[in-house]
Amino acid sequence: MDFIIGHYNYWVVIILMMIGFYIVISRGNLVKKIIGLNIFQVSVFLLYISLSVIDGGSVPILKDGIERYSNPLPHVLILTAIVVGVATTALALALVVRIKESYGTIEEDEIHQQDHSL
Amino acid sequence: MEHISLLLVVIPLIAAPLVAILPNGRLPWLVTTLVTVICAILASTQLWGILHEGMISYELGGWAPPWGIEYRIDTVNAFVALIVAGIAAATLPYALLSVEKEIPKNQISLFYCAFLLCLCGLLGITQTGDIFNVFVFLEVSSLSSYALISMGKNRQALTAAYQYLIMGTIGATFFLIGVGLIYSQTGTLNMADLAERLPAVFERRTVHTGFAFIVIGIALKLALFPLHLWLPNAYTYAPSVITIFLAATATKVAVYLMLRMLFTVFPDGFALGTPIYGLFILLGFAGIIGASIYAIYQIDVKRLLAYSSVAQIGYMVLGMGLASATGITATILHLFNHALMKGALFMAVGAIIYRIGSCRIDNIQGLGRQMPWTFAAIIIGGFSLVGIPGTAGFISKWYLVLAALEQHNWIAVAVILFGSLLAVVYVGKMIEALYFKPAIESNLSVKEAPLLLVVPTLMLAIANIYFGLNTDLTVGVAETAVQMLGLTTESVAGAVSP
Repeated sequence: MDFIIGHYNYWVVIILMMIGFYIVISRGNLVKKIIGLNIFQVSVFLLYISLSVIDGGSVPILKDGIERYSNPLPHVLILTAIVVGVATTALALALVVRIKESYGTIEEDEIHQQDHSL
Repeated sequence: MEHISLLLVVIPLIAAPLVAILPNGRLPWLVTTLVTVICAILASTQLWGILHEGMISYELGGWAPPWGIEYRIDTVNAFVALIVAGIAAATLPYALLSVEKEIPKNQISLFYCAFLLCLCGLLGITQTGDIFNVFVFLEVSSLSSYALISMGKNRQALTAAYQYLIMGTIGATFFLIGVGLIYSQTGTLNMADLAERLPAVFERRTVHTGFAFIVIGIALKLALFPLHLWLPNAYTYAPSVITIFLAATATKVAVYLMLRMLFTVFPDGFALGTPIYGLFILLGFAGIIGASIYAIYQIDVKRLLAYSSVAQIGYMVLGMGLASATGITATILHLFNHALMKGALFMAVGAIIYRIGSCRIDNIQGLGRQMPWTFAAIIIGGFSLVGIPGTAGFISKWYLVLAALEQHNWIAVAVILFGSLLAVVYVGKMIEALYFKPAIESNLSVKEAPLLLVVPTLMLAIANIYFGLNTDLTVGVAETAVQMLGLTTESVAGAVSP
């Protein structure tokens, strides 16, 4: 029981990851897919940040009287990954705008229909 | 000399924003060509240096690894970097006319900017020795290739790019999860350092999970058979130049990354304890046969070649799955040879699209007689794809068959040969339409493509023959590369069978 509660942030990560992944796979709406993708990515950010925590560790800012610090490296890594995620989302939304302009819809099945009726 | 490893990445990176602010027209093309030629020269110098002087380790910003990012170049990287830079340099002369025809005039400088970023990302993956850095470059190259694919003429290009974006991002995120899990067990991101620290924690389940995430993430990027769904659409609807470049380089870099993970980062045969090799062999079989059959039924030549690419990736994965020195040699050889043949074929198809604006089987009938040089390139590329002796494709298939025979894996031999027969069918389908069918009336006035398109196409086609006859360079490099990956024939041959 302690194991389950002690690792609650990892459970959150797994649940978010599965929710995001499920949305990407199951939804036909292109914007909803992007939302799913974002949730999926955010769960990975949480995973990295959870990894960097050290028992009794303080914020990684140099200060007198503090011996243990959390590991700052995963934070830095995840800053990079967040930037990448923002860029991906921006590009995906731009694509959706263009798709809406040329197809008049952002539902995957309607787009397929239009492509196959050609 | 050692700065080359960094320059290869930095030059395209700095050139990209410069090209973006240049006025549309021929200037962006000129600058991009210059950059790719410089990169190709640097990449060959690098390979030459490594073959004669051994490995290079470059510390970025003077921070010693494993704290700083390290660029670690051995024969494998240097060879793949040369493939990427070489193909980019060969594509650029071709790009001038093709891009003017297919890309709206006001987007040309942005197009070349994205192209340079894609080149930077791909070269970055090959150069870096830091596993998180790999993720960053993976995303640099992927994001720019999504944008490039969406610039295709048809609106399907948009949905193809979107589909690729979703699958590519999932792949990259899987890779990121894997990296995180491994970092949590070892506390390092440097590949060489990981190779030293991982064996101590091989038993832990987290490491196994991380390994699985990394392998699946890369498998999505390299379009391993059941995960290839993004590839046919992306290759079909992308602008011709981008199809050539991506088909010849992007999946190759992913294959390199897979080799690096399987043999360098997880050393001492860690992967032997997992079902990965058996899986690779089975998926290789499925890819070779399944995708080849798909290819036969396509009515669009670009799509046909895209499915054929999936099948060819099947051969590379099969070579990896055999996990012997000969098998990996075959994979590395096929990396190079497939880049040559698909480069030549997609260039020839691009030349046809340049003339008639389409490449559907029923639209291109009889064009082979009117465009003899383009047709010659298709024949040579096609023969190479089938693996006829005297072409580059024969060499890699020969090594693959040798590797299968070494392990008495008769099924693999049969599948390789059957796959070649299927290739005969789809290559034959193209040649039949191009040469033996009567021309359509609207195409009667079509002339041979302009010299700027024909010359690069023929150069790649001739390279197919050259490297089919003179194998000193390719086989030599591939065998040294295999030694670098720490494989010897005795240590792994026969250790795995499906």
